[in-house]
Amino acid sequence: MNKLIKTIMIAAAGLVITNAPIIAQSKALRIEINQGVIEPMPIAAPKFVAAGTGSNEYAEQITSVIVADLAGSGLFREIPASAHISGINNFDAPVQFADWKAINAQALITGSVNVSGDNLTVQFRLFDVFAQSSLGDGLQFQASKSSWRRMAHKVADAIYVRLTGESAYFDSRIAYISEKGPKNARRKQLAIMDYDGANSRFLTDDNNIILAPRFSPNNKEIVYTSYKSGSPKVYLMNVDTLDQRVLDDQPGMTFAPRFSPDGSQVVLSLTEEGNTDIYLINLKSGGKTRLTSGTSIETAPSFSPDGQQIVFESDRGGKQQIYVMPALGGTAKRISFGKGSYGTPVWSPRGDMIAFTKINKGRFHIGVMRLDGSNERLLTASFLDEGPTWSPNGRVIMFFRETAGASGAPAIYSVDVTGRNLKRVNTPSFGSDPAWSGLLK
Amino acid sequence: MTSLKLTLAAATLIGLSACDSNSSIGGSERGGSGAGGISQSALDPASIAYFNESIGDTVLFLVDQSTLTPEATDLLDRQAAWLLDNPKNSMTIEGHADEQGTREYNLALGARRAASVQNYLVSRGLTDARIRTVTFGKERPLAVCSDEACWSKNRRSIILVTGGLGS
Repeated sequence: MNKLIKTIMIAAAGLVITNAPIIAQSKALRIEINQGVIEPMPIAAPKFVAAGTGSNEYAEQITSVIVADLAGSGLFREIPASAHISGINNFDAPVQFADWKAINAQALITGSVNVSGDNLTVQFRLFDVFAQSSLGDGLQFQASKSSWRRMAHKVADAIYVRLTGESAYFDSRIAYISEKGPKNARRKQLAIMDYDGANSRFLTDDNNIILAPRFSPNNKEIVYTSYKSGSPKVYLMNVDTLDQRVLDDQPGMTFAPRFSPDGSQVVLSLTEEGNTDIYLINLKSGGKTRLTSGTSIETAPSFSPDGQQIVFESDRGGKQQIYVMPALGGTAKRISFGKGSYGTPVWSPRGDMIAFTKINKGRFHIGVMRLDGSNERLLTASFLDEGPTWSPNGRVIMFFRETAGASGAPAIYSVDVTGRNLKRVNTPSFGSDPAWSGLLK
Repeated sequence: MTSLKLTLAAATLIGLSACDSNSSIGGSERGGSGAGGISQSALDPASIAYFNESIGDTVLFLVDQSTLTPEATDLLDRQAAWLLDNPKNSMTIEGHADEQGTREYNLALGARRAASVQNYLVSRGLTDARIRTVTFGKERPLAVCSDEACWSKNRRSIILVTGGLGS
């Protein structure tokens, strides 16, 4: 059986996958994600088998992170250990399918966690209980102990992919703005955390107002807006070294930056003499190309995944609305036509939808629409919901929600693109302006 | 460090504006760079504290607007007269928005408001070189409740007179 296990190493340099023979894919178990109401698939994930000194705690925590990922997606429901008839004490022993069938587990996850010195090895297998067969190969991940959470997310991602047919998103990060202090003197600092709120750490101090970070396509850099110079300017930061530089050291205020899909350019808003337009900054040459003109506000630009178009917001028609233009500038086409005003458009990583913030009758909504503005669907409603960001697989949207009043404060939330599974993402203090990274390598 | 000072100055002025007008004595003390010290007498008309309190440093705007209201232009006329009489002072015009808007849009709107005030002052004879503008969008509300009573105070432009030009 061991030869059927693929090895994936999470190393500092990246991911090493050793291919192994592939079992014929079973066609059976697959959760269908559509817009109808779904019943979460019942799964059993008995605590992974621990081997080696100190491995028990890792086995426990890794199993619980895997379950939290899967159940947190809203697509799966864990059958608690207290209901299990038998446990898994030997990773390589044959599975007693009848015991899992009896508690109505449709999928069974088994695994082992092995500690050896500073290294951790995690293996898992996924079974279709009713078909009494394995779903895909077993997989093995190796990394240092400190990467245990990432390994758990990798396992959950592999399971999610096999059971949904969607691509993965758990092994990803969120850049966001951590906030504290009173509403009229909020202290803000750039922070980064795992997608589930774990491992939050600061990337800047809180001496200046900092806004709206965005990841580069390779997740290694972040662009954001800071008041370090006294007025808003876009900065580029290396996430590992924390080195930072101002992107366009010229007069004028810059904000609302986003990378092009190839990472070579940043599109942003530049304000001169009170007029805000959209520009492209070439990161290598520093060259600047103006994409919009006129006295209206043009801001919040976001590239299509193929790099060919840019969606942005403008009040050129009298009110804040969403437009799409070619990436080199040119004629823009309005796509939002519903009641109220629309802002902060973000192109889905799948390319087929635009997420946005809508303001109507004093309420704020996060919504999605097709590229031509059709099929508008509002996913949330509150006093102030703002700033959507897509999961790497385009299935989940994170945003921030600010509560009303003198003690009002922002917190980060996520919601399925279908509008289900709205939940808060825990951050150590107030959180706003989330930006989802791509899937980590 | 410059930016830190600027932030402190802004915070002080916001504090001042939030006070009732009869708290001007305490205000002038905190204003620091102006009349200096606690005084029972009227403020020195050439002081920044006098500008802030007797003329007023804040211009208000209607929802989603950067057009100057008649009240705003009245105030700006008085501001312009003082600034022309006190040519050594330079100034920063801050543009602010209420919380009822998205972050980026409000930054752009705040910039429009600041530019609107700047343009008006220039039309009254002030030189551009004395004026710097900055937008804070919805980042620094003056009043913190979530209804029109506060929002109307937050849709504002503030003129920070920042001491001697070339000093």
